[in-house]
Amino acid sequence: MKYLYFPGCSLKGTGKAYEESLLAVFGALGVELQELEDWNCCGATAYMSVDETKSYALAGRILALAERERLDVVAPCSACYLVLNKTQKSLQEHPELHRKVTGALQAAGLDYKGTVKVRHPLDVLMNDVGLDAIKQKITSPMAGHKFAPYYGCQIVRPYATFDDQHNPVTMDQILQASGAECVEYPHKTRCCGGSLTGTVPEVGLRLAYILIKEAKQRGAEAIVTVCPLCQFNLDGYQDAIAKKYERVDLPILYFTQILGLALGLPAADLGFKRGIISAEAVLAGR
Amino acid sequence: MPLEQKLKYEAERDVKFANWVTRETGGENLRHCIQCGVCSATCPLSLYMDYTPRRLINLAREGFKKEVLSSLTIWLCASCYACRVECPKKIQVTDIMYLLKRRAIQEGVYPRHFPIPVLAKEFGRMIFLFGRVNETLLVIDLFLRTNWFRFLGMTRLGMNLMRTGRMSFIPEQIKRKRELRKILAALDAEEQKESAL
Repeated sequence: MKYLYFPGCSLKGTGKAYEESLLAVFGALGVELQELEDWNCCGATAYMSVDETKSYALAGRILALAERERLDVVAPCSACYLVLNKTQKSLQEHPELHRKVTGALQAAGLDYKGTVKVRHPLDVLMNDVGLDAIKQKITSPMAGHKFAPYYGCQIVRPYATFDDQHNPVTMDQILQASGAECVEYPHKTRCCGGSLTGTVPEVGLRLAYILIKEAKQRGAEAIVTVCPLCQFNLDGYQDAIAKKYERVDLPILYFTQILGLALGLPAADLGFKRGIISAEAVLAGR
Repeated sequence: MPLEQKLKYEAERDVKFANWVTRETGGENLRHCIQCGVCSATCPLSLYMDYTPRRLINLAREGFKKEVLSSLTIWLCASCYACRVECPKKIQVTDIMYLLKRRAIQEGVYPRHFPIPVLAKEFGRMIFLFGRVNETLLVIDLFLRTNWFRFLGMTRLGMNLMRTGRMSFIPEQIKRKRELRKILAALDAEEQKESAL
Protein backbone atom coordinates (compact mmCIF):
# COMPACT_ATOMS: atom_id res chain seq x y z
CA MET A 1 0.00 0.00 0.00
CA LYS A 2 1.47 3.31 -1.05
CA TYR A 3 0.16 6.87 -0.82
CA LEU A 4 1.32 10.40 -1.45
CA TYR A 5 1.72 12.33 1.75
CA PHE A 6 0.73 16.00 1.88
CA PRO A 7 1.85 17.17 5.35
CA GLY A 8 0.90 20.85 5.14
CA CYS A 9 2.63 23.61 7.10
CA SER A 10 1.39 22.66 10.59
CA LEU A 11 2.76 19.13 10.56
CA LYS A 12 6.20 20.61 9.90
CA GLY A 13 5.73 23.21 12.64
CA THR A 14 3.56 23.22 15.75
CA GLY A 15 2.06 19.85 14.79
CA LYS A 16 5.34 17.92 14.49
CA ALA A 17 4.11 15.26 16.92
CA TYR A 18 1.32 14.42 14.48
CA GLU A 19 3.80 13.89 11.65
CA GLU A 20 6.17 11.85 13.84
CA SER A 21 3.43 9.56 15.15
CA LEU A 22 1.66 9.24 11.78
CA LEU A 23 4.83 8.19 9.96
CA ALA A 24 5.72 5.73 12.73
CA VAL A 25 2.24 4.16 12.78
CA PHE A 26 1.87 3.90 9.01
CA GLY A 27 5.39 2.41 8.84
CA ALA A 28 4.49 -0.20 11.47
CA LEU A 29 1.34 -1.12 9.53
CA GLY A 30 3.28 -1.51 6.30
CA VAL A 31 1.76 1.53 4.59
CA GLU A 32 4.22 3.54 2.56
CA LEU A 33 3.95 7.34 2.49
CA GLN A 34 5.82 9.28 -0.14
CA GLU A 35 6.00 13.01 0.63
CA LEU A 36 4.62 15.12 -2.22
CA GLU A 37 7.55 16.84 -3.87
CA ASP A 38 7.74 20.66 -3.50
CA TRP A 39 4.25 21.01 -2.01
CA ASN A 40 3.01 24.49 -1.10
CA CYS A 41 0.65 25.83 1.56
CA CYS A 42 -3.03 25.05 0.87
CA GLY A 43 -4.17 28.53 1.95
CA ALA A 44 -6.12 27.11 4.93
CA THR A 45 -9.12 29.10 6.12
CA ALA A 46 -7.25 32.42 6.12
CA TYR A 47 -6.45 33.00 2.48
CA MET A 48 -10.01 32.30 1.31
CA SER A 49 -10.93 35.60 3.03
CA VAL A 50 -8.55 37.47 0.76
CA ASP A 51 -8.74 35.98 -2.72
CA GLU A 52 -11.01 33.18 -3.83
CA THR A 53 -9.50 32.24 -7.18
CA LYS A 54 -5.95 32.38 -5.89
CA SER A 55 -6.91 30.20 -2.93
CA TYR A 56 -8.24 27.59 -5.30
CA ALA A 57 -5.13 27.93 -7.46
CA LEU A 58 -2.85 27.26 -4.46
CA ALA A 59 -4.73 24.05 -3.77
CA GLY A 60 -4.82 23.45 -7.53
CA ARG A 61 -1.01 23.35 -7.69
CA ILE A 62 -0.95 20.73 -4.93
CA LEU A 63 -3.56 18.63 -6.74
CA ALA A 64 -1.74 19.00 -10.08
CA LEU A 65 1.58 17.90 -8.56
CA ALA A 66 -0.18 14.96 -6.92
CA GLU A 67 -1.92 13.93 -10.13
CA ARG A 68 1.44 13.29 -11.81
CA GLU A 69 2.22 10.59 -9.26
CA ARG A 70 -1.00 8.63 -9.80
CA LEU A 71 -1.44 7.87 -6.10
CA ASP A 72 -4.11 8.83 -3.58
CA VAL A 73 -3.10 11.81 -1.43
CA VAL A 74 -3.19 11.47 2.33
CA ALA A 75 -3.86 14.84 4.02
CA PRO A 76 -3.71 14.50 7.83
CA CYS A 77 -4.38 18.17 8.68
CA SER A 78 -8.10 18.94 8.82
CA ALA A 79 -7.75 22.31 7.13
CA CYS A 80 -5.65 20.87 4.28
CA TYR A 81 -8.03 17.95 3.94
CA LEU A 82 -11.03 20.25 3.62
CA VAL A 83 -9.33 22.74 1.29
CA LEU A 84 -8.26 20.01 -1.15
CA ASN A 85 -11.72 18.41 -1.12
CA LYS A 86 -13.45 21.75 -1.41
CA THR A 87 -11.25 22.79 -4.33
CA GLN A 88 -12.07 19.62 -6.24
CA LYS A 89 -15.77 20.11 -5.64
CA SER A 90 -15.84 23.82 -6.44
CA LEU A 91 -13.87 23.33 -9.67
CA GLN A 92 -16.36 20.66 -10.72
CA GLU A 93 -19.39 22.79 -9.92
CA HIS A 94 -18.21 26.15 -11.27
CA PRO A 95 -16.99 25.99 -14.88
CA GLU A 96 -15.75 29.59 -14.87
CA LEU A 97 -13.62 28.97 -11.79
CA HIS A 98 -12.37 25.76 -13.36
CA ARG A 99 -11.34 27.61 -16.51
CA LYS A 100 -9.45 30.29 -14.58
CA VAL A 101 -7.64 27.91 -12.23
CA THR A 102 -6.64 25.30 -14.79
CA GLY A 103 -5.61 28.11 -17.15
CA ALA A 104 -3.31 29.61 -14.52
CA LEU A 105 -1.85 26.19 -13.74
CA GLN A 106 -1.18 25.65 -17.44
CA ALA A 107 0.63 28.98 -17.61
CA ALA A 108 3.09 27.43 -15.17
CA GLY A 109 3.29 24.16 -17.09
CA LEU A 110 0.96 22.22 -14.78
CA ASP A 111 -1.97 20.13 -15.76
CA TYR A 112 -4.98 19.27 -13.61
CA LYS A 113 -7.64 16.87 -14.81
CA GLY A 114 -9.40 16.17 -11.54
CA THR A 115 -8.51 12.53 -11.02
CA VAL A 116 -6.79 12.79 -7.62
CA LYS A 117 -8.38 11.18 -4.59
CA VAL A 118 -7.86 13.02 -1.32
CA ARG A 119 -7.89 10.77 1.73
CA HIS A 120 -7.75 11.22 5.49
CA PRO A 121 -5.51 8.92 7.56
CA LEU A 122 -8.61 7.69 9.42
CA ASP A 123 -10.18 6.75 6.08
CA VAL A 124 -7.03 4.87 4.99
CA LEU A 125 -6.77 3.03 8.32
CA MET A 126 -10.44 2.02 8.37
CA ASN A 127 -11.08 1.26 4.71
CA ASP A 128 -7.75 0.23 3.22
CA VAL A 129 -5.78 -1.26 6.12
CA GLY A 130 -8.88 -2.45 8.01
CA LEU A 131 -9.64 -2.78 11.69
CA ASP A 132 -8.89 -6.51 11.73
CA ALA A 133 -5.39 -6.04 10.33
CA ILE A 134 -4.77 -3.27 12.88
CA LYS A 135 -6.03 -5.43 15.76
CA GLN A 136 -3.68 -8.24 14.75
CA LYS A 137 -0.69 -5.92 15.17
CA ILE A 138 -1.65 -4.58 18.60
CA THR A 139 1.01 -5.80 21.02
CA SER A 140 0.60 -3.43 23.99
CA PRO A 141 -3.12 -2.66 24.28
CA MET A 142 -4.11 0.56 26.03
CA ALA A 143 -6.33 -1.32 28.49
CA GLY A 144 -7.67 0.77 31.35
CA HIS A 145 -7.19 4.09 29.53
CA LYS A 146 -10.15 6.37 28.84
CA PHE A 147 -10.11 9.02 26.15
CA ALA A 148 -12.44 11.65 24.69
CA PRO A 149 -12.38 11.30 20.88
CA TYR A 150 -12.43 14.80 19.41
CA TYR A 151 -12.86 15.18 15.64
CA GLY A 152 -13.30 18.94 15.40
CA CYS A 153 -15.02 20.44 12.42
CA GLN A 154 -13.38 20.28 9.05
CA ILE A 155 -12.93 16.57 8.44
CA VAL A 156 -16.65 15.79 8.76
CA ARG A 157 -18.04 19.14 7.64
CA PRO A 158 -19.23 20.24 5.20
CA TYR A 159 -18.55 17.04 3.27
CA ALA A 160 -19.15 13.66 4.90
CA THR A 161 -16.60 11.74 2.88
CA PHE A 162 -15.91 8.70 5.06
CA ASP A 163 -17.73 9.19 8.35
CA ASP A 164 -20.99 10.51 9.79
CA GLN A 165 -21.29 14.31 10.03
CA HIS A 166 -23.14 14.37 13.33
CA ASN A 167 -21.67 11.39 15.07
CA PRO A 168 -18.38 10.30 13.51
CA VAL A 169 -17.07 7.01 14.88
CA THR A 170 -13.94 6.00 12.94
CA MET A 171 -11.52 7.38 15.54
CA ASP A 172 -13.58 5.79 18.35
CA GLN A 173 -13.20 2.44 16.60
CA ILE A 174 -9.45 2.82 16.16
CA LEU A 175 -8.98 3.85 19.80
CA GLN A 176 -11.11 0.89 20.90
CA ALA A 177 -9.08 -1.42 18.65
CA SER A 178 -6.05 -0.08 20.52
CA GLY A 179 -7.62 -1.44 23.70
CA ALA A 180 -8.66 1.95 25.09
CA GLU A 181 -12.11 3.03 26.19
CA CYS A 182 -13.86 6.07 24.66
CA VAL A 183 -16.05 8.22 26.87
CA GLU A 184 -19.35 9.56 25.49
CA TYR A 185 -18.28 12.94 24.17
CA PRO A 186 -21.15 14.96 22.71
CA HIS A 187 -18.78 17.80 21.76
CA LYS A 188 -16.81 15.57 19.41
CA THR A 189 -17.45 17.77 16.36
CA ARG A 190 -17.79 21.15 18.08
CA CYS A 191 -15.53 23.93 16.86
CA CYS A 192 -12.32 24.63 18.85
CA GLY A 193 -12.29 28.24 17.71
CA GLY A 194 -9.72 27.77 14.96
CA SER A 195 -7.47 30.77 14.59
CA LEU A 196 -9.72 32.86 16.88
CA THR A 197 -7.95 31.46 19.94
CA GLY A 198 -4.89 33.44 18.90
CA THR A 199 -6.57 36.48 17.39
CA VAL A 200 -9.55 37.05 19.72
CA PRO A 201 -8.61 35.07 22.84
CA GLU A 202 -11.61 36.24 24.89
CA VAL A 203 -13.75 34.27 22.44
CA GLY A 204 -11.46 31.34 21.58
CA LEU A 205 -10.47 30.48 25.14
CA ARG A 206 -14.04 29.85 26.15
CA LEU A 207 -14.57 27.37 23.33
CA ALA A 208 -11.40 25.51 24.28
CA TYR A 209 -12.36 25.57 27.96
CA ILE A 210 -15.80 24.05 27.30
CA LEU A 211 -14.25 21.22 25.27
CA ILE A 212 -11.64 20.37 27.91
CA LYS A 213 -14.00 20.69 30.87
CA GLU A 214 -16.58 18.40 29.29
CA ALA A 215 -13.95 15.75 28.50
CA LYS A 216 -12.73 15.88 32.12
CA GLN A 217 -16.23 15.62 33.53
CA ARG A 218 -16.80 12.56 31.39
CA GLY A 219 -13.78 10.89 32.97
CA ALA A 220 -11.33 11.12 30.07
CA GLU A 221 -7.63 11.22 30.94
CA ALA A 222 -6.85 12.95 27.64
CA ILE A 223 -8.55 14.40 24.58
CA VAL A 224 -7.52 12.58 21.44
CA THR A 225 -7.72 14.57 18.23
CA VAL A 226 -7.03 14.43 14.48
CA CYS A 227 -6.25 18.09 13.84
CA PRO A 228 -3.04 20.06 14.47
CA LEU A 229 -4.91 23.31 15.12
CA CYS A 230 -7.32 21.69 17.61
CA GLN A 231 -4.33 20.13 19.36
CA PHE A 232 -2.53 23.47 19.47
CA ASN A 233 -5.50 25.42 20.78
CA LEU A 234 -6.41 22.90 23.48
CA ASP A 235 -2.84 22.11 24.56
CA GLY A 236 -1.17 25.50 24.21
CA TYR A 237 -3.68 27.72 25.98
CA GLN A 238 -4.29 25.80 29.21
CA ASP A 239 -2.22 28.39 31.13
CA ALA A 240 -4.51 31.14 29.86
CA ILE A 241 -7.58 29.00 30.62
CA ALA A 242 -6.32 28.49 34.19
CA LYS A 243 -6.02 32.27 34.60
CA LYS A 244 -9.43 33.03 33.20
CA TYR A 245 -11.50 30.02 34.35
CA GLU A 246 -9.84 27.21 36.29
CA ARG A 247 -6.90 24.81 36.10
CA VAL A 248 -7.73 21.98 33.72
CA ASP A 249 -4.45 20.11 33.05
CA LEU A 250 -5.65 17.63 30.46
CA PRO A 251 -3.21 16.17 27.91
CA ILE A 252 -4.22 16.64 24.26
CA LEU A 253 -2.93 13.85 22.03
CA TYR A 254 -3.16 12.70 18.43
CA PHE A 255 -4.94 9.43 17.69
CA THR A 256 -1.77 8.24 15.98
CA GLN A 257 0.13 8.61 19.27
CA ILE A 258 -2.29 6.27 21.07
CA LEU A 259 -2.39 3.78 18.21
CA GLY A 260 1.42 3.90 18.08
CA LEU A 261 1.73 2.97 21.75
CA ALA A 262 -0.68 0.08 21.25
CA LEU A 263 1.39 -1.12 18.29
CA GLY A 264 4.33 -1.32 20.68
CA LEU A 265 6.22 1.65 19.27
CA PRO A 266 8.46 3.54 21.72
CA ALA A 267 6.93 6.76 23.09
CA ALA A 268 10.10 8.59 22.04
CA ASP A 269 9.22 7.96 18.37
CA LEU A 270 5.65 9.22 18.75
CA GLY A 271 6.27 12.86 19.66
CA PHE A 272 5.03 12.62 23.26
CA LYS A 273 7.68 15.06 24.45
CA ARG A 274 6.10 17.77 22.31
CA GLY A 275 2.96 18.10 24.38
CA ILE A 276 2.91 21.21 26.56
CA ILE A 277 0.65 19.39 29.01
CA SER A 278 2.56 16.26 29.94
CA ALA A 279 0.95 12.90 29.16
CA GLU A 280 2.83 10.97 31.86
CA ALA A 281 -0.28 9.16 33.13
CA VAL A 282 -0.98 7.82 29.63
CA LEU A 283 2.62 6.63 29.35
CA ALA A 284 2.83 5.08 32.85
CA GLY A 285 4.43 1.66 32.71
CA ARG A 286 5.53 2.07 29.08
CA MET B 1 -27.54 59.22 25.19
CA PRO B 2 -27.05 59.56 21.43
CA LEU B 3 -30.21 59.10 19.45
CA GLU B 4 -29.99 56.22 17.04
CA GLN B 5 -32.29 55.06 14.33
CA LYS B 6 -33.52 51.64 15.37
CA LEU B 7 -35.43 50.71 12.23
CA LYS B 8 -34.17 50.17 8.74
CA TYR B 9 -36.00 51.66 5.81
CA GLU B 10 -36.43 50.01 2.47
CA ALA B 11 -34.97 53.10 0.84
CA GLU B 12 -31.64 52.43 2.55
CA ARG B 13 -31.16 49.15 0.76
CA ASP B 14 -28.39 48.72 -1.77
CA VAL B 15 -30.04 46.34 -4.20
CA LYS B 16 -26.93 46.14 -6.37
CA PHE B 17 -24.98 44.79 -3.42
CA ALA B 18 -27.65 42.18 -2.66
CA ASN B 19 -27.58 41.04 -6.29
CA TRP B 20 -23.80 40.87 -6.24
CA VAL B 21 -23.89 38.52 -3.23
CA THR B 22 -26.16 36.09 -5.06
CA ARG B 23 -23.83 36.06 -8.08
CA GLU B 24 -20.74 35.08 -6.09
CA THR B 25 -19.79 31.43 -5.45
CA GLY B 26 -21.70 30.26 -2.41
CA GLY B 27 -24.24 33.07 -2.49
CA GLU B 28 -26.44 31.57 -5.21
CA ASN B 29 -29.36 30.42 -3.09
CA LEU B 30 -29.20 33.18 -0.47
CA ARG B 31 -32.77 34.18 -1.31
CA HIS B 32 -34.08 30.75 -0.33
CA CYS B 33 -33.46 31.56 3.35
CA ILE B 34 -36.59 31.04 5.46
CA GLN B 35 -35.10 32.80 8.51
CA CYS B 36 -35.56 29.73 10.69
CA GLY B 37 -32.51 30.52 12.80
CA VAL B 38 -30.89 27.09 12.79
CA CYS B 39 -27.62 28.74 11.70
CA SER B 40 -27.61 31.02 14.74
CA ALA B 41 -28.54 28.15 17.04
CA THR B 42 -25.73 25.86 15.85
CA CYS B 43 -23.09 28.59 15.62
CA PRO B 44 -20.68 28.35 18.58
CA LEU B 45 -19.71 31.99 18.06
CA SER B 46 -23.13 33.60 17.59
CA LEU B 47 -23.27 34.79 21.17
CA TYR B 48 -20.30 37.09 20.47
CA MET B 49 -21.55 38.44 17.16
CA ASP B 50 -23.09 41.87 16.64
CA TYR B 51 -25.57 40.26 14.20
CA THR B 52 -26.34 36.55 14.56
CA PRO B 53 -25.84 34.57 11.34
CA ARG B 54 -29.61 34.57 10.67
CA ARG B 55 -29.76 38.35 10.93
CA LEU B 56 -26.63 38.79 8.86
CA ILE B 57 -28.06 36.64 6.07
CA ASN B 58 -31.22 38.73 6.13
CA LEU B 59 -29.29 42.01 6.01
CA ALA B 60 -27.11 40.73 3.17
CA ARG B 61 -29.98 39.65 0.96
CA GLU B 62 -31.85 42.89 1.58
CA GLY B 63 -28.74 44.87 0.63
CA PHE B 64 -27.73 46.55 3.87
CA LYS B 65 -24.16 46.71 2.70
CA LYS B 66 -22.61 48.94 5.34
CA GLU B 67 -23.98 46.95 8.27
CA VAL B 68 -22.90 43.65 6.76
CA LEU B 69 -19.39 44.60 5.67
CA SER B 70 -18.45 46.41 8.86
CA SER B 71 -19.93 43.73 11.14
CA LEU B 72 -17.83 41.69 13.54
CA THR B 73 -19.95 38.68 12.59
CA ILE B 74 -18.14 37.90 9.36
CA TRP B 75 -14.76 37.96 11.15
CA LEU B 76 -15.94 35.84 14.05
CA CYS B 77 -16.98 33.02 11.75
CA ALA B 78 -14.35 30.32 12.34
CA SER B 79 -15.40 28.31 9.24
CA CYS B 80 -16.61 25.28 11.22
CA TYR B 81 -19.49 24.72 8.75
CA ALA B 82 -21.97 23.69 11.49
CA CYS B 83 -24.60 26.09 10.08
CA ARG B 84 -24.14 24.92 6.53
CA VAL B 85 -24.63 21.27 7.44
CA GLU B 86 -27.82 22.00 9.40
CA CYS B 87 -29.40 24.57 7.07
CA PRO B 88 -32.70 23.12 5.77
CA LYS B 89 -32.45 25.26 2.63
CA LYS B 90 -28.82 24.28 1.95
CA ILE B 91 -27.57 27.84 2.12
CA GLN B 92 -23.77 27.95 2.12
CA VAL B 93 -23.52 30.29 5.08
CA THR B 94 -19.77 29.75 5.56
CA ASP B 95 -19.04 30.65 1.95
CA ILE B 96 -21.27 33.71 2.22
CA MET B 97 -19.17 34.79 5.21
CA TYR B 98 -16.04 34.30 3.08
CA LEU B 99 -17.32 36.36 0.16
CA LEU B 100 -18.34 39.15 2.53
CA LYS B 101 -14.90 39.06 4.18
CA ARG B 102 -13.25 39.42 0.78
CA ARG B 103 -15.45 42.38 -0.12
CA ALA B 104 -14.81 44.03 3.26
CA ILE B 105 -11.04 43.74 2.75
CA GLN B 106 -11.35 45.04 -0.83
CA GLU B 107 -13.31 48.06 0.31
CA GLY B 108 -11.16 48.55 3.42
CA VAL B 109 -14.17 48.68 5.72
CA TYR B 110 -13.34 45.88 8.13
CA PRO B 111 -13.26 46.78 11.85
CA ARG B 112 -9.95 48.51 12.61
CA HIS B 113 -7.52 46.89 15.02
CA PHE B 114 -9.38 43.63 14.73
CA PRO B 115 -6.52 41.22 14.05
CA ILE B 116 -8.31 38.67 11.86
CA PRO B 117 -8.26 40.56 8.54
CA VAL B 118 -4.61 41.38 9.19
CA LEU B 119 -3.89 37.70 9.80
CA ALA B 120 -5.61 36.77 6.55
CA LYS B 121 -3.54 39.26 4.55
CA GLU B 122 -0.24 38.36 6.22
CA PHE B 123 -0.97 34.70 5.63
CA GLY B 124 -1.30 35.42 1.92
CA ARG B 125 1.85 37.54 1.84
CA MET B 126 3.85 34.71 3.44
CA ILE B 127 2.62 32.21 0.85
CA PHE B 128 3.73 34.53 -1.97
CA LEU B 129 7.12 34.93 -0.33
CA PHE B 130 7.96 31.36 0.65
CA GLY B 131 5.23 29.11 -0.75
CA ARG B 132 4.66 27.83 2.78
CA VAL B 133 3.55 29.34 6.05
CA ASN B 134 5.74 29.47 9.13
CA GLU B 135 3.38 29.69 12.10
CA THR B 136 5.96 31.24 14.44
CA LEU B 137 6.83 34.10 12.09
CA LEU B 138 3.16 34.60 11.20
CA VAL B 139 2.14 35.06 14.82
CA ILE B 140 5.04 37.39 15.61
CA ASP B 141 4.27 39.48 12.54
CA LEU B 142 0.58 39.61 13.43
CA PHE B 143 1.12 40.88 16.95
CA LEU B 144 3.72 43.43 15.96
CA ARG B 145 1.16 44.85 13.56
CA THR B 146 -1.83 44.79 15.87
CA ASN B 147 -1.18 44.46 19.56
CA TRP B 148 2.22 44.75 21.21
CA PHE B 149 0.81 44.28 24.68
CA ARG B 150 -0.84 41.01 23.95
CA PHE B 151 2.34 39.79 22.33
CA LEU B 152 4.23 40.35 25.57
CA GLY B 153 1.57 38.36 27.41
CA MET B 154 2.27 35.39 25.16
CA THR B 155 5.86 34.78 26.19
CA ARG B 156 4.82 31.79 28.31
CA LEU B 157 3.23 30.06 25.32
CA GLY B 158 6.30 30.93 23.26
CA MET B 159 8.60 29.40 25.85
CA ASN B 160 6.45 26.28 26.03
CA LEU B 161 6.58 25.88 22.27
CA MET B 162 10.33 26.43 22.30
CA ARG B 163 10.81 23.82 25.06
CA THR B 164 8.82 21.24 23.11
CA GLY B 165 10.59 21.97 19.81
CA ARG B 166 7.48 23.26 18.06
CA MET B 167 8.76 26.71 17.22
CA SER B 168 10.89 27.59 14.24
CA PHE B 169 12.23 30.93 13.10
CA ILE B 170 13.49 29.68 9.78
CA PRO B 171 10.75 29.60 7.14
CA GLU B 172 10.37 26.45 5.09
CA GLN B 173 10.42 27.36 1.43
CA ILE B 174 9.37 25.64 -1.73
CA LYS B 175 11.94 25.12 -4.48
CA ARG B 176 9.94 26.23 -7.49
CA LYS B 177 8.76 29.62 -6.29
CA ARG B 178 8.74 30.86 -9.88
CA GLU B 179 6.18 28.24 -10.79
CA LEU B 180 3.90 29.42 -8.00
CA ARG B 181 4.36 33.08 -8.98
CA LYS B 182 3.51 32.28 -12.60
CA ILE B 183 0.21 30.78 -11.48
CA LEU B 184 -0.66 33.81 -9.39
CA ALA B 185 0.50 36.25 -12.10
CA ALA B 186 -1.72 34.48 -14.64
CA LEU B 187 -4.69 35.08 -12.35
CA ASP B 188 -3.74 38.73 -11.89
CA ALA B 189 -3.67 39.14 -15.67
CA GLU B 190 -7.07 37.45 -15.92
CA GLU B 191 -8.50 39.82 -13.37
CA GLN B 192 -7.14 42.86 -15.17
CA LYS B 193 -8.68 41.65 -18.40
CA GLU B 194 -12.03 41.27 -16.63
CA SER B 195 -12.01 44.69 -15.02
CA ALA B 196 -11.11 46.27 -18.38
CA LEU B 197 -14.29 44.83 -19.92
